[in-house]
Amino acid sequence: MSADASILLENARLLDPASGLDEKGYLLVHEGRIVAVAAGSPAGLELPPQLRRIDADGRWLAPGLIDIHVHLREPGEEHKETVASGAAAAAAGGFTAVACMPNTRPVNDSAAVTCQIMAAAAGAAARVYPVGAISVGLQGETLAPFGEMRRAGVRAVSDDGRPVGNSQFMRRALEYAGDHDLLVISHAEDDSLSRNGAMNEGETATRLGLRGIPAVAEEIMVHRELALAEYTGRPIHIAHVSTAGAVDLVRRAKARGVQATAETAPHYFTLTEEAVGLYDTRAKMNPPLRTAADVAAIREALADGTLEVIATDHAPHSELEKELEFELAANGIIGLESALPLSLALVRDGLLSPLQLVALMSTNPARILSVPGGRLAVGEPADLTLIDPDYRFTFQADQLKSRSRNSPFLDWEMQGRAVLTIMDGRITHEVVSVHQG
Amino acid sequence: MSADYLFPHRHILGLGDLAAADIDFILKTAESFKEISQRSIKKVPTLRGKTVINLFLEPSTRTRLSFEIAAKRMSADTFNISGAGSSTAKGETMVDTARNLAAMNPDCIIIRHSCSGSPGLLARHIDASVINAGDGAHEHPSQGLLDLMTVREHKGRIAGLKVAIIGDITHSRVAHSNIIGFCKMGAEVRVAGPATLIPPGIAAMGAQHCRSVRQAVSGADVVMTLRIQKERQQDPLLPSLREYAIFYGITPEIMALAAPDAILMHPGPINRGVELDPALADGPRSVILDQVTNGVAIRMALLYLIMGGE
Ligand SMILES: [Zn+2]
Repeated sequence: MSADASILLENARLLDPASGLDEKGYLLVHEGRIVAVAAGSPAGLELPPQLRRIDADGRWLAPGLIDIHVHLREPGEEHKETVASGAAAAAAGGFTAVACMPNTRPVNDSAAVTCQIMAAAAGAAARVYPVGAISVGLQGETLAPFGEMRRAGVRAVSDDGRPVGNSQFMRRALEYAGDHDLLVISHAEDDSLSRNGAMNEGETATRLGLRGIPAVAEEIMVHRELALAEYTGRPIHIAHVSTAGAVDLVRRAKARGVQATAETAPHYFTLTEEAVGLYDTRAKMNPPLRTAADVAAIREALADGTLEVIATDHAPHSELEKELEFELAANGIIGLESALPLSLALVRDGLLSPLQLVALMSTNPARILSVPGGRLAVGEPADLTLIDPDYRFTFQADQLKSRSRNSPFLDWEMQGRAVLTIMDGRITHEVVSVHQG
Repeated sequence: MSADYLFPHRHILGLGDLAAADIDFILKTAESFKEISQRSIKKVPTLRGKTVINLFLEPSTRTRLSFEIAAKRMSADTFNISGAGSSTAKGETMVDTARNLAAMNPDCIIIRHSCSGSPGLLARHIDASVINAGDGAHEHPSQGLLDLMTVREHKGRIAGLKVAIIGDITHSRVAHSNIIGFCKMGAEVRVAGPATLIPPGIAAMGAQHCRSVRQAVSGADVVMTLRIQKERQQDPLLPSLREYAIFYGITPEIMALAAPDAILMHPGPINRGVELDPALADGPRSVILDQVTNGVAIRMALLYLIMGGE
């Protein structure tokens, strides 16, 4: 369908956290933009020709979901994922935009690599915002050229995949990022505490004979990042928060006015370390899956606004990297296509309102990353996600758009998903059963 | 042996998978096999025609030899693959190795590997039975079983005994199998060692963490000390072997705190004068060489039980 065609969505439950709108109504897309959105019926609305009318039948219409933390493997490891396949997976999961971390091969530490990713993203099924490296080669020694990368398209910088070990270096990164309006995203890990660890430190790791990664490895670094953000007066975004202690640190820092934001991922509020079972490498990730108490704290922090973003940390790996001894297997799981169903469970559990969920997955990430979207407002780009919260399906490997299959959720019975994704006025994903008017 | 008991396991991956009844049955089977090793012709035809592969991807002389002797005494054909020349060293994955070995139709693979859980990974990709001969810091079930056998031989029982395990509990798969095994069989297990070498959650495995060696050994029926790895000094885990010997080594003075008829065990090889006083290692309470002898009997029993020897 061309971007020129117009789309009218009727009988939708409009969810716009920015305005607080949660009412049944309609939304009209024309020339890639939202041109009308209101409660009630579109009777009397002047409609463009060549219109596709969709009866949303009470399903939820949200601003397009934005995933602030994914790993696309292009350039360098296209057998795991490409920008195009990652964007297709995003669209299938209801996302209209993703921010991709710089640990590609080569690392995205220059305008040249940023341009390469931007070129690959042209025509992709989702908007792609590359994240530049903080340090050249992720080595933690030389600042990457923030200004040039910003001009080429990056919106944030991060050495994600590894921590910035040197505190002075992190301080300088925060200061310099301010000159170029870049968000600094921290992968918070004290690697002297986590090194060689394969799962959360504790009883389960002891029983399995695996070296552990203690919660304090994350918390020490979260503490440092918050202290540096406070000292420099610059915002910091903490990636993939997984422990109760880290949540507590973020909550207190925000209370005293530190410009801190933080994200978690669905696996951290859905699974515990028990998912490792008998060395199931699909449950191997960094930070690792934690305890039931940590899961409870993460859920609470999503409800009270301490954690403002649900990101996926979508980390595709081929079987080669996963079908190995647990200690040797790669860290990470894919997440773009399971994130929304897993997050909808929080609404069913009564923890979040639908508006809160949309804020966590769209409005807040747009604000934090300073990108368009996140709102159902006239003039905004037509990035939209139609969610059927009751849609039941089995999460199956052969249905995935991602090139990789490394998910602990395979064969799970799920409830709720995106049935229609519109990006820039184009339909990028559609579940066939969507009722058409 | 009771005729109505059918050993339910195809693999021996760890004592964590075995019920107390299974352990009891293995010990009884081993006790009945022990006599074979005392004959002048130390061979029975029980496993004739069976193929056993020793896949030792981490160096070990003692355990490998013990398994090989056990297999040969039961007339199985044995083949050794060791770490240095192994395909894994050439970058082949464990699963590829498993598929290649499977294509040669072995009946049993005995695996020693530095990664925890690798015997289970092998077992999932191969039809042959798998015996874990030590995986990372996880388990060393045949060692745990031979220790249980040795204790039962000397004490006539396991239930109700006080067992003290001293040393590097974190990195010791022997300690892990022993904690699981002794607890399952009804003993009280205490552990002691430098706090840097006691893992979190040891109580969840059933062991009581004692703050001092003296406390752990007091009144113990069994004192088991573990080999201290000299390389642990690289990590900031131990100040020096000298300090270890002074505060955590088993001396005659410490041993005097144990029950009067306590026995002393060590999985070997011993760092004499570090974890164990030389006079004790060779003294009347030491059952260290019985452990080695029983190791062959236990491994004969395991091979017999999982290969369904008739
Ligand atoms: Zn990260």
